[in-house]
Amino acid sequence: MAKIHITTSINGEATEFLCEPHETLLDVLRNDLQMTGTKEGCGSGDCGACSVTVDGRLTCACLVLGVEAAGREIGTIEGIGSSDKLSIIQEKFLEHAALQCGICTPGLVVSAQALIEQNPNPTEAEARYFLAGNLCRCTGYDKIIRAVLDAAATMRGAA
Amino acid sequence: MARVTFSSEQQRYTNEVACEVSAADYRELIDHITQRYPALSRADLLQMAIAIDGEIIHQPLLERIEPNSEIHFFHFVAGG
Amino acid sequence: MSEAREFKYIGQSTIRPDGFDKVTGRANYGADLALPGMIWGKILRSPHAHANIKSLDTRRAEALPGVLAVATHSDFPSVSDQAIESGEGSLTLLDLARNVLAKDKVLYHGHAIVAVAAKTAAIAEQALALIDIEYEVLKPVLDVREAMAAGAPLLHADMFTQGLPEKPTTASNVATRLEFKMGDIEAGFSAAEVVVEREFYTPTAHQGYIEPHACTVRFEKDGQSMIWCSTQGHFDVRASTAKLLGMELGKLKVIASEIGGGFGGKTTVYLEPVALILSRKSGRPVKMIMNRDEVFKATGPGSATRSWVKIGAKKDGSITAMQGRLAYEAGAFKGSPVMMGCMTAFTPYAVANMYVEGFDVVVNKAKVAAYRAPGAPQAEFAVEMLINELAVKLGRDPIDLRLQNAAKEGTQTIYGPKLKRVGLVECLEAARDSKHYQQALAENQGRGVAAGFWFNVGGQSSVHINMNPDGTGTIVEGSPDIGGSRASMQMMAAERPCIAPSLLKPIIGDTENVAFSAGTGGSRTTFATGMAVIEAAEDVVAQMKQRAASLWNVTAEQVDWADGVAINLAGEERLSLAEICASADRTGGQISGRGNINARGAGPSFAVHLCDVDVDKDTGKVDVVRYTAIQDAGKAIHPKYVEGQYQGGAVQGIGWALNEEYIYSKEGLLENAGFLDYRVPVASDLPMIDTIIVEVPNNFHPYGVRGVGESGIIPPLAAVGYAVEDAIGVPVTDLPLSPPRVFGLIQGSR
Repeated sequence: MAKIHITTSINGEATEFLCEPHETLLDVLRNDLQMTGTKEGCGSGDCGACSVTVDGRLTCACLVLGVEAAGREIGTIEGIGSSDKLSIIQEKFLEHAALQCGICTPGLVVSAQALIEQNPNPTEAEARYFLAGNLCRCTGYDKIIRAVLDAAATMRGAA
Repeated sequence: MARVTFSSEQQRYTNEVACEVSAADYRELIDHITQRYPALSRADLLQMAIAIDGEIIHQPLLERIEPNSEIHFFHFVAGG
Repeated sequence: MSEAREFKYIGQSTIRPDGFDKVTGRANYGADLALPGMIWGKILRSPHAHANIKSLDTRRAEALPGVLAVATHSDFPSVSDQAIESGEGSLTLLDLARNVLAKDKVLYHGHAIVAVAAKTAAIAEQALALIDIEYEVLKPVLDVREAMAAGAPLLHADMFTQGLPEKPTTASNVATRLEFKMGDIEAGFSAAEVVVEREFYTPTAHQGYIEPHACTVRFEKDGQSMIWCSTQGHFDVRASTAKLLGMELGKLKVIASEIGGGFGGKTTVYLEPVALILSRKSGRPVKMIMNRDEVFKATGPGSATRSWVKIGAKKDGSITAMQGRLAYEAGAFKGSPVMMGCMTAFTPYAVANMYVEGFDVVVNKAKVAAYRAPGAPQAEFAVEMLINELAVKLGRDPIDLRLQNAAKEGTQTIYGPKLKRVGLVECLEAARDSKHYQQALAENQGRGVAAGFWFNVGGQSSVHINMNPDGTGTIVEGSPDIGGSRASMQMMAAERPCIAPSLLKPIIGDTENVAFSAGTGGSRTTFATGMAVIEAAEDVVAQMKQRAASLWNVTAEQVDWADGVAINLAGEERLSLAEICASADRTGGQISGRGNINARGAGPSFAVHLCDVDVDKDTGKVDVVRYTAIQDAGKAIHPKYVEGQYQGGAVQGIGWALNEEYIYSKEGLLENAGFLDYRVPVASDLPMIDTIIVEVPNNFHPYGVRGVGESGIIPPLAAVGYAVEDAIGVPVTDLPLSPPRVFGLIQGSR
């Protein structure tokens, strides 16, 4: 089947690509656009390693077709922080040692940013339930939650 | 004389729990043991880990044995 | 050698040097490498748990446009039955080859049979459907009892049980019988005034790493081949793959990508040899990635076990006898960690009379691989549950009873040596004095205490520290960094030269540019690679002093080193490390220090965990409301990463205790091969995991380090298991304690 031409915007940058109809947004990001920051852990929306935003909505990229990106604004880990400065969330992850192998970290950073945007003052329980879709096997979540709550507090203070 | 204690597995071949050996290093020790207990081969022994006075050593060969050393054979342990 | 001492850099929780890459998504993991001309490999896997392959025809698949190569077991050169070190003990080459690609017989649901490489992953998948394969389906065995019963279907016609007093004449599913003993077990039980005994079951559980296995490989006609893969041990990948394909080690370069979790599951090979064959046959680089379904079905989970344990004690609490019989599922090929279960189960206790019998049993499930302290969690679950039952029977506090019988320096172990200095008593005391232990329980709540022991290993590590003219440097080491160990290497390298850790950049070399290093596992990295780093740093300092001496025209003995500076003891001059590096080209060339060791004296790490649970009696749901993980680290180089190991191990153990299990149909098909139904803990399941780092130094390491990665998964099974028993007042025997099981226990007792 012929590839489909898609025009979209990724991290604020106009982007176009060709993809097969069956390709997921995750396949497109990783294989067609060489944006490997978004990770595949399960391909079925159960682990959150592929967390991205589509028109501002937190989504698993493995559950979205590449063609659905047409005309939308996609947000990935590559768009968080700038080339010379990490975001507060990213800094707090490092400070709190909230990562060990780091494979879940990009997805968690994207999800944590969505959480704090929606709820600038989350309780521990709210943070845990919001992030329940991001699996981590290394840390037991303790330091991740501490980092996220600390980031939220810092961002409230800085605001 | 160094005192050598066999693993439970090895004991089935040696019919003894332990023995006394005079050897300057591990290589000599193996020679003595394989001579005394023909059912234990050099290859078998080189597969084992040992503890010399409680210090665990994998893949030994040239380790020095002191006159009063306590040596234990046991199976190499891997981790995950 | 190393009592409590002042360190300048060791013991801080520095920002890890690879941190920026990890939080930005820049770090490259196993699936992140693309090469020009790359094609994709996929694997056809068995739909049956046990079957003979009657015929196999790949011609239609090969004819599909876009397919460039097909591989089967016959593409391995004839492999002989030699043991190969692949990170989990001895595994015959024949078994490894047959697991990687099935020969004649498939032995578990998901067993790899044929591999196809094509221009796109989609074409490769289509080609799989064109493979003509005929099976003769056989009855599977799915449990140790079934497998050990007379008349059971046999997986291997040539398997004769090793370790029996008489060599058997009939084949069996029992690969090995082991026996460990100490003292006189019958006398021990005769002396006992109270006896507890129970049978337990633990299920097949997966390490659950979030990153599936992945590799990109290139086989070159001139024989210079390359594998990029996610692995805990790239030298092991090289060794296994080279042996399987009949290649010289020097012709195969293996690069360890960043690794997204392993926990022991990535200490062997699955895709790499297959991908290399496909690359050889197609003349193109090949990428192979497992999907999550394949990871669950066809990699190496941790053994399911059935155990029986019996413990006898006097009324005063002194334990007189400990006995066990442990049967572990090895999966399709021999090699479960039953031996390590036998060796660790009773080791937290100083008891004169012990006897353990172990069985390594094959069943029609995936071949097991190492899973964090392999073999120990399952066995210790049984022991710790009974110690808690014993405490109740004796009317004793469970920590106090353990203190009375605790292993210490000089305690004779069942596996041979006496323990050197260890920290179990200190961990138990910390547990007893903890805030957690003082908290009262509410209604419907229960508390469990449990201990655990792991040896930790040493082994080979190689490091060079290459200095630059500006006084910065690179630490080249060979231990794939699973958990942040690079940060600790930086501190250990900086301590003796006494320069800022951030000046030294740690990198993980590949098999060509760093000398041999055993894999990352066995809790060895901070201990053994750390030791090699320290030795390399000492070498750098020695050379710095030499250069300073030659510049000052004195002998090296007249030069001291302190605070990053060489000091002329025979005069007034000083030279900083940066100054010496700046003139190094004129004093003999840039300085490079090395440490190549086979580390000895790994110190065991004891752990004690406390768990409080709340049980909803109407649904059987168990919530962990309070958890404390206490463990002896010897010396915590990077305290936050040490805490992280305690917390991660605890949560894997909590998952294993409460919800994780492989669910099979009667035909042996795996029904829950995904994260939805293989239920690992998620953030909303858990409270904060409190930790207490105990430091009883290991005198065999310059800084007192003990490995900590593994012990933390051992206590949780019983800490959680007994907490539930305490809450519902019903004995617990089987894991996981998922709601239906707990509800059943509650209902059954009414």
